[in-house]
Amino acid sequence: MFEAILLTVITASTPLVVAALGELVSQRSGVLNLGVEGMMIMGAVAAFATAQLTGSPYLGILGGIIGGGLFSLLFGFLTLTLVANQVATGLALTILGLGLSGQIGEAFVGMPGVRLQPLVIPVLSDIPFFGRVLFSQDLIFYMSVALVFGISWFLFKSRTGLKMRAIGDNHGSAHALGINVVRTRYLAVLFGGACAGLAGAQLSLVYTPQWVENMTAGRGWIALALVVFASWRPLRVLAGGYLFGAVGIGQLHAQLLAQSGGIAIPSQLLSALPYAATIVVLIIISHNRRTTLINTPASLGKPFVPDR
Amino acid sequence: MRIELQKRANTSTLFSILSPLLALALTLVAGAIMFGLLGKSPLGALYIYFVEPLLDVWSLHELAIKAAPLILIAVGLSICFRSNNWNIGAEGQFTIGAITGSILPVLNPEWHSPLILPLMLVMGMIGGALYAGIPALLKTRFNTNEILTSLMLVYIAQLFLDWLVRGPWRDPQGYNFPQTKSFQPEAVLPEILDSGRAHLGIIFALIAAVALWFMMRFMLKGFQVSVLGQSERAGRFAGFSARRMVWFSMLLSGALAGLAGISEVSGSIGHVQPVISPGYGFTAIIVAFLGRLNPLGIIASGFVLALTYLGGEAAQLSLSISDKVSRVFQGLILFFVLSCDTLIHYRIRLIFNPSTAQEGKR
Repeated sequence: MFEAILLTVITASTPLVVAALGELVSQRSGVLNLGVEGMMIMGAVAAFATAQLTGSPYLGILGGIIGGGLFSLLFGFLTLTLVANQVATGLALTILGLGLSGQIGEAFVGMPGVRLQPLVIPVLSDIPFFGRVLFSQDLIFYMSVALVFGISWFLFKSRTGLKMRAIGDNHGSAHALGINVVRTRYLAVLFGGACAGLAGAQLSLVYTPQWVENMTAGRGWIALALVVFASWRPLRVLAGGYLFGAVGIGQLHAQLLAQSGGIAIPSQLLSALPYAATIVVLIIISHNRRTTLINTPASLGKPFVPDR
Repeated sequence: MRIELQKRANTSTLFSILSPLLALALTLVAGAIMFGLLGKSPLGALYIYFVEPLLDVWSLHELAIKAAPLILIAVGLSICFRSNNWNIGAEGQFTIGAITGSILPVLNPEWHSPLILPLMLVMGMIGGALYAGIPALLKTRFNTNEILTSLMLVYIAQLFLDWLVRGPWRDPQGYNFPQTKSFQPEAVLPEILDSGRAHLGIIFALIAAVALWFMMRFMLKGFQVSVLGQSERAGRFAGFSARRMVWFSMLLSGALAGLAGISEVSGSIGHVQPVISPGYGFTAIIVAFLGRLNPLGIIASGFVLALTYLGGEAAQLSLSISDKVSRVFQGLILFFVLSCDTLIHYRIRLIFNPSTAQEGKR
């Protein structure tokens, strides 16, 4: 029983972790992309469509990554090349993504999906308890774990990561040092979009293998909150993602329990829990102005036009 | 090829007027391409989408009904955005305004007094304002990002509405439909003309837009909004309080969204049901930007976005295209507006040969 719950928590948490990691990289470079929800849903529909048309969930994953990535370039072009307001452009990306995915997905409504099967790792999966939970998962779960450690290494141990953090903290100085601010940010935005697309692919290939309009249901926004919660650190994204995933699964189980036990808890109250939890977590994290100021990339959301 | 921006010495007046029009033109071009891809005749489809809804008296009334909430919400949001407060939860404030405004007719269906309607409108505004007060409180007291909190509150408000109309507020004689009893005639917002359904909501919207235009143009408060929005530091030197501006802008926009909510429920629906808005609160963000955050511009852009809803319905009927096309159009409009706004502050140069650009630099 406990093992089964843990497995569902992992499935519910993985998209949050993956999308938040991508946004973390983008924000570390100083770009606030509020379009996560839009990129995620585009990734979800692209993944579902690709998997339907080719029959391969792995090509579906690729489709999701490409879908989210391409869509993020639209954001990049507006905010980095045309220096449009990042908040407004992010909202535009979300609105357009929700509309466009609905339009594209029209043809796929009600179709049974192609489920991504777990990859059982031999030997390791035989370890009692942990083996089942950690080593007989699907590819996207393994990718999410690899991303956490890969991004930690990249940000804090590699030279390019150092440059990227420098851009995020002071794009003027970074530019003066000869770092190409706009190009690095384009790559960071693209990476963020690809991750959001991968998260979307997880939703339409693993979590609920079918296409439903607006199936992201605010997960992109929760991923954004997760970045703040994690104070821009990848390992904390992992921890926070599982916390949020557990709240989501916990409320589902509570609904079932209440139903079977005949207790009259309104299902809407329980459904509201993940959103309320997000608000509470944001309050706890941000109430100390000083630590927030230290952790936030200083150039976050500010427009940059190279002087020539 | 490279795109290079060159800062203008002054903002371009020409492009401040031209940019929204240019954006609309680009949206039409993109729309024509999209219809072509869907296998429809581009021009015919655009005609059905954007022109035909303007030819009937009936649909002009529908246009006014849809423009009313968009303008009401968007003028409030324009004050928020100009003062750098990012309230994107208007959809939630709209919902709560509709609920608090409906308390009287739902709980007292036998109360036939002319007082009921004004009371409903006031309660709707209070409800919307209080709900917008939550992110304002969290921002001023706990330094919490208002973008995320106001958005999370949208989901909570919608679930609350869902619970109300399926639970305590459900009409016992309603054949199990999740909706309340129809409002008594005294609680219904009157129609303005005999020729159709358009109700007083559009009048509220026009009054709010003109009043806020006056405030922004001629009153100290309006000046505070733009100074604090452009530079909080400069505002502090002038003795303006950023904290109070958070409260002012959020409560104002919340109250207007709440008024839009109760007007919609009372004027065009007539009862409370689980879904009361086709995303007005989010579309209003586009309206605000297309109107260049100017209340008078917002009147015009409100009608444009209302037309995208009507066009979507028309396209569904006569072209058998899904009405999701309207959301695509709305997203495209916002994208093109934001791109075209660059022209106001910058000259855009296309550089075809990188080496000559290098020489120019030296």
